[in-house]
Amino acid sequence: MTDKSILANKFDVDAIRKDFPILNREVNGQHLVYLDNAATSQTPQQVIDVIVDYYHRYNANIHRGVHTLSQEATDAYEVARQKIQKHFNIAHSYEVIFTSGTTHGINLVATGFTSFLKKGDEIMVSAMEHHSNIVPWQMLCERTGATLKVIPMNLNGELIMEEYHKLLNDRTKLVFCNHVSNALGTVNPIEEIIDAAHKVGAAVLIDGAQAAAHIKPDLQALDVDFYTVSAHKMCGPTGVGILYGKEEWLNKLPPYQGGGEMIAEVTFEKTTYADLPHKFEAGTPNICGGIAFGAALDYMNHIGFEAIAQYEEELMQYATEQLLTIEGLQIYGTAKHKTSVISFNIDGVHPYDIGTILDKLGIAVRTGHHCAQPIMDFYKIPGTVRASFSFYNTQEEVNKLVEGVKRARNMLL
Amino acid sequence: MDIQEIQEEIVDEFSMFDDWMQRYEYMIELGKSLPLIEEQYKTDDNLIKGCQSKVWVHAELDGDRLVFTADSDAIITKGIIAILIRAFSNQKPKDIIDADTAFIDEIGLKEHLSPTRANGLVSMIKQLKLYAVAYQTQLN
Repeated sequence: MTDKSILANKFDVDAIRKDFPILNREVNGQHLVYLDNAATSQTPQQVIDVIVDYYHRYNANIHRGVHTLSQEATDAYEVARQKIQKHFNIAHSYEVIFTSGTTHGINLVATGFTSFLKKGDEIMVSAMEHHSNIVPWQMLCERTGATLKVIPMNLNGELIMEEYHKLLNDRTKLVFCNHVSNALGTVNPIEEIIDAAHKVGAAVLIDGAQAAAHIKPDLQALDVDFYTVSAHKMCGPTGVGILYGKEEWLNKLPPYQGGGEMIAEVTFEKTTYADLPHKFEAGTPNICGGIAFGAALDYMNHIGFEAIAQYEEELMQYATEQLLTIEGLQIYGTAKHKTSVISFNIDGVHPYDIGTILDKLGIAVRTGHHCAQPIMDFYKIPGTVRASFSFYNTQEEVNKLVEGVKRARNMLL
Repeated sequence: MDIQEIQEEIVDEFSMFDDWMQRYEYMIELGKSLPLIEEQYKTDDNLIKGCQSKVWVHAELDGDRLVFTADSDAIITKGIIAILIRAFSNQKPKDIIDADTAFIDEIGLKEHLSPTRANGLVSMIKQLKLYAVAYQTQLN
């Protein structure tokens, strides 16, 4: 990565934007305004170069080759694992399990816990989860007879922590919560959630998919049992992510999938499993994706997460103020601690219609229930328009969004 | 008029518009002005679940003609439904089965009928044709 694109000590958004080729394209004859970053973030040239370089120079299968290309690919993949370890302040690199993404990580844990739970046990999710952090646990309950409890939230989109503390008891075995809500942008008090769960002996999995692009969590300080993220939300490619698990948990959990790479010895009588992390990495992984994930972390760390957080906070405040000047506009998710997501509706207008008009204006937002139907049921709405911001978005783009929403409103009402 | 003639008429109307804004404003007007379905037919049974906007379709025979009524909670979707109903309703089931939907492309609304677009319209057309198949069997 070159230093020239990012000016030292100053957040230069114009320079940063030059790193993202896609931001130059047009959509429906308009300059693209990309505000769907919570769904997936865009990829900087520095990461694209790493992907191209992999296929140009050293594409090979890893961990078993005797030849040079395989060794180079293995080295690069393991260096990426170490970068991820360092970024999240994880004690050992073998506690970093490469996955296909957050959903894969959640399913790995949910499946692994099947033999640890029995009828009468309780597991808990928050009321603002993505479907991917609800359905695997419902399936786990069906398999084991355990009961699913829900931490309720208030109208601001904040978890009601008193209720959480009341729900915890010695039957609680697992607690699952997102670090940041994808639909509302709420930053949840995961420190408190983790500490309280540990006091009753429950394990905690935090879904970091939405948080990791905005917050650099210290996983050892958090003392969390599992934390899972996707690379594509943080300038990396799709189809790759990691699950962090504490060594003791990863040793206890059975393998998730059988196959190559995850074994130590195989006979038809018995197979012994490989050590961590390979026990959970059956089959040929997304090698290029893992390496590119490491490059994406390099890129974001070079800009700096503090600078990113500060810039995004200012941008979100500006967008919130500007959007609220539009008559009949209501924002869902007004938590004290939130990041980079504004979910809104306009009285009398379906979110899908607003999204359609915005697309015609070259503005990409998400509309719908954001895979979080329980939240939409809570607010009694069919869905929302969601604008989600990244550090490469600008005030000018926010202005275009606001103008676009006003134009849509005038057309639709 | 048969389906082909109606579709040509719609294409003619849309050819008067210069840009997408005018096309959409026209569709929004269509969506607003038409009561498309009786409230009693907006049931879960008649609901075609798209990912985002809800679409209801009801069909009944009037002599040898099939009459469709439909609705959506999203106004642009409703406008497109109005166009589809105009083209396909009050026609013989056999003609509905045989009709194509290429005119949607010609009036510049192709993106709404992409199978990957989660607005329920592709399912709606499929549903119209399924009704036609069912009533065709009944007529035979």
